[in-house]
Amino acid sequence: MLFYTAQRLVLSVVIVMVAVSILTLMLHVVPGDPAVMILGPRATPELIERTREAMGLDRPLPVQILMFFANILRGDLGEDVFTGRAVSQIVFEQLPYTMILISVAILWSAACGIALGAYSALRRNTWLDTLSGVVSVGTISIPAFVMALYSVLIFAVWLGWLPAIGAGDGFLDGIVHLILPAFAIGVAWVGYIARIVRASMLEVMTQPHVRMARAFGLPDRRITRSHILKIAVLPAVTLIGTGVAHLFSAAVFVEVIFARPGIGALLVGAVNERNYPIVLGAVLITTCIIVLATLISDLVVALLDPRQREDI
Amino acid sequence: MSDAALPEPTLLARSLRVLSGNRTGAIGVVLVALIVGSALLAPWIVPYDPAAIMVGPRMAPPSADHWLGTDNIGRDIFSRVIAGGRIAMLVAAASLSAALTAGLALGLIAGLGPRWLDNLLLLVLDAVRSFPVIVFGLAVDTIIGPSLFTVVLVVTITSVPIYARIVRTQTLALKNAEFILAERAMGVGMPRLLFVHVLPNVLGPLLILASMDVPLVIATEAGLSFLGMGVRPPTPSWGVILNDGYNFIRNSPWPVIGGSVPIILVTLGFTFMGEALRDIFDPKLRKGG
Repeated sequence: MLFYTAQRLVLSVVIVMVAVSILTLMLHVVPGDPAVMILGPRATPELIERTREAMGLDRPLPVQILMFFANILRGDLGEDVFTGRAVSQIVFEQLPYTMILISVAILWSAACGIALGAYSALRRNTWLDTLSGVVSVGTISIPAFVMALYSVLIFAVWLGWLPAIGAGDGFLDGIVHLILPAFAIGVAWVGYIARIVRASMLEVMTQPHVRMARAFGLPDRRITRSHILKIAVLPAVTLIGTGVAHLFSAAVFVEVIFARPGIGALLVGAVNERNYPIVLGAVLITTCIIVLATLISDLVVALLDPRQREDI
Repeated sequence: MSDAALPEPTLLARSLRVLSGNRTGAIGVVLVALIVGSALLAPWIVPYDPAAIMVGPRMAPPSADHWLGTDNIGRDIFSRVIAGGRIAMLVAAASLSAALTAGLALGLIAGLGPRWLDNLLLLVLDAVRSFPVIVFGLAVDTIIGPSLFTVVLVVTITSVPIYARIVRTQTLALKNAEFILAERAMGVGMPRLLFVHVLPNVLGPLLILASMDVPLVIATEAGLSFLGMGVRPPTPSWGVILNDGYNFIRNSPWPVIGGSVPIILVTLGFTFMGEALRDIFDPKLRKGG
């Protein structure tokens, strides 16, 4: 287990490094001066010169990438070209908003999805099973940003029940402002998770260890809870782990549509200003989180599933 | 098994049988035909010029003249939705064929090439896959600016890893298959091996996957265009229509409804069709339960 963890950890770090190299290289693949490209057409010559120096653009490319890595290790992601503030500070100011949003979204949808999937598997071919199948397919086919638009339209504009703008002030107001965005991101996940939990429960239910538990006369509830469900949720854990990238993509739209602060809103703003250091910093941090989430979900699966633990 | 003795049914017969027993598959095929058909025929079936302003009143609800109403500057939403479908299909066709070609090439290289190259390619593919599509798209936008080409480029790059991985796995499995070893022992050259044996075996699963990826591509195009980072106004794209609708959401719901319904229909259509295709080409893959 320890070896497996170490191996996966090293691989994750390498993947992040390759990802960063790709992003840095992209700046140089396209023709033109990166400094001019970053600053846009309105930049003064002095500003261009300063940026070129600050980003080390006057040095050879491999040196630039190495410098960037060295800076990352010191926690330095560079400076915002317009305000001169540290990019890491700007990014980490916005990060909590996005993390809270996607955590709440995935938590409520995982809870509903697992419950719905488990119920459908236990009560196959009942009306609720059929309904959950239809609703799953329906919600999966609606992209998050379309769902966000409909949430605004129905619950904020037509019914006027919930606020649609901003993140709110204070704890309670913050929660009220979180409901619609978290709903919009999570809805499709309820369907995904329900479908995968249902399929994997049906599979686990036919396995020898469940028949064994039944033969020992364990009560049904206990078999379902600790022998079927515990293993059947594992594919859902993997799905969520690899789906964090999609959650971030959805968060970009939801933050723009609901005018919330966060990484997504920061990114869109930075792209409009062509502020590449901020874009690079934000992409770097999200990529790290995504790689880390995949790693954690793999480790959780390895820990929870005794069959997989023996293999590694 | 006695099945082996039975004559193999033709592809057409199998397709018809699967579709007739599969209602969602048939719905999928009809939806896809409808959308692809309207995209191909768009210039002839739009009732108004999709970019012309003030062809009707502003923000009017649906009527006999304007089937989906009009937007904030009096453009006909139905015409814009049909024209937007053309853009969506164009992006899907261009980026998926580019991604399939690149994925095939990279997958074959990884599967057949030396070990170090295989590992290097896998690493790069994994790195690209760890970018969220939209976030990566925004980064590319910063560098080369938003355009139809940017969208195609972003979708292509982010789709390649999945295809390349599948081709690689299939190639590795085939590399040591007995019939390939036999061919090689008989002195058959690499090109013939690739085109006669490896490609046909790899292409099936790849095309099914591509069909199921069409909705993702379309959602990405619409999403980037919605953010103003993809297809630029006044070109009608579903994302652009949705963005106009979002800006005037308190005045009229029709642009949002008109721009979103085709996205949902496309997703349902291609997903259902992809599942039916999978059943036709590879009954083994069909999931129980």
